[in-house]
Amino acid sequence: MPAEDTILELVQVSKSFDDLQVLTDCSLRVKKRETLVLIGPSGSGKSTLLRCINLLEPPSKGSVLFEGREISGDLRHGDKVRRDIGMVFQNFELFQHLNAVENIMLAPMKVLGMSRHDAHDLGLELLGKVHIPERADHFPDELSGGQQQRVAIARALAMRPKIMLYDEPTSALDPEMIREVLDVMTELSNEGMTTVCVTHEMGFARRAADRIVFMEDGRILEDAATEEFFGGKANERAQKFLSQILH
Amino acid sequence: MSLDLVLQYLTSQSFAHGAWITLLITVVSLLFGVIAGFIIALAQQVRFAPVKVLVTGYLWLFRGTPVLFQIIFIYNVLPSFDIRFSAFWSGVIALSLNEAAYMAEIIRSGLSSVKKGQRTAGQALGMTRLSVLRWVVLPQAARIVLPPMGNQMIGMLKTSALVSVIAVQDLLLVANQTASADFRYFEALTAAGIYYLGLTTIFMFLLATMEAALDPKLRRARATGAAGFGGLVRRIISNTKKAGADNAR
Ligand SMILES: Nc1ncnc2c1ncn2[C@@H]1O[C@H](COP(=O)(O)OP(=O)(O)O)[C@@H](O)[C@H]1O
Ligand SMILES: [Mg+2]
Repeated sequence: MPAEDTILELVQVSKSFDDLQVLTDCSLRVKKRETLVLIGPSGSGKSTLLRCINLLEPPSKGSVLFEGREISGDLRHGDKVRRDIGMVFQNFELFQHLNAVENIMLAPMKVLGMSRHDAHDLGLELLGKVHIPERADHFPDELSGGQQQRVAIARALAMRPKIMLYDEPTSALDPEMIREVLDVMTELSNEGMTTVCVTHEMGFARRAADRIVFMEDGRILEDAATEEFFGGKANERAQKFLSQILH
Repeated sequence: MSLDLVLQYLTSQSFAHGAWITLLITVVSLLFGVIAGFIIALAQQVRFAPVKVLVTGYLWLFRGTPVLFQIIFIYNVLPSFDIRFSAFWSGVIALSLNEAAYMAEIIRSGLSSVKKGQRTAGQALGMTRLSVLRWVVLPQAARIVLPPMGNQMIGMLKTSALVSVIAVQDLLLVANQTASADFRYFEALTAAGIYYLGLTTIFMFLLATMEAALDPKLRRARATGAAGFGGLVRRIISNTKKAGADNAR
């Protein structure tokens, strides 16, 4: 794999909170336009791994390289790094005091200095992209979970990120709303958005993922192409986990 | 009793001036109190031990002694250490420092009522910590903080009367002096009471306006013409009913 294709690389990343070791020597390489699905039991460190990527948590050891540059060395510039890395959370975390379009407008205005007018146009465009153009002036508590999560995706896209991180984006949703969120994610992935997604939606993984990464106890135990992973070639622990979540 | 005399007091220059002093002390003390309270609330989040000790000591001191004591202390005791303030400023300083100790707690609870995930979401978008505080945390905290802060504000209007003990010519002192000079307690105090109620009412209107301005949905309703003066009055009445009680959403 030629190095210039790599957008994100984790080299031997470890993380501990006080004396609790959460990640151990996690190495990972993500290519541009690639979609990667991260699975593993609860508490295995998936969220922490994502938060180490955009430096919301500083890794205790190892390094994170973004576009070939080490970003984990100087945490003071974490906010600059995060402009280029979109993140979507399990609980949406839309800003409660802003309506849908304002949620999308905030970061472009306050971080990039975009004018209110341009930000509003961008907001409406992105609401169209996530298929809820008609909800622009609704507040988060007036939107369904699926709608909130799609606004959250649009909010992240407003910064024109080079990669999107999703942390269990559908686990807080009622079953009938999961589809609309996964559809948006699949569309983005198909358009070439580099994606790292923690999810247990195996349908989405099969459809959209190029690779599946399996974690347990803070270690990456498997990293395989999607067909291989589902084709029975994954390691034993991953197979076992897979059969648990499928049944 | 004489209503004419009440009216005469109400329109007299000395009462108007007294009311003005009361308003000035209240507003200036509130301003300083909120600013200092905000700084203390932020300092409370600092983990550095000396800062913690300093803040705790401050709160202990100003919550553990009567305001009246603090006013008299600053006016009468500090000069013996060659620290001198006019009566007016002694009053303002004491009230501000005291107010800050209570505002700090209100602001702290307001800030912590904004869930951590909201800050994380702001940070994840590339916003700086300061930017997240300004555009994500404060607007949400402000809505939580405003009702209890409003009670403090109206409380301050009344507490300010304590400065009359150090001979600041506020509304109460003027009324009391007038009353004992003319032997007209009822009329003089009625006039002062009317002034106090008037000021309190103005404060309530201001607070209700601020609450409405901070309520995003009301802002939207106003844009479509659905909220107005009636809504404001309803808000004041409901504020009066729950006076001091809940500050939950
Ligand atoms: N900020 C933190 N402080 C202390 N422990 C944490 C913190 N964040 C996560 N952990 C711990 O790290 C482990 C992994 O958590 P997490 O990354 O959330 O796992 P997952 O997302 O796979 O469920 C858990 O044991 C969790 O309790
Ligand atoms: Mg998690």
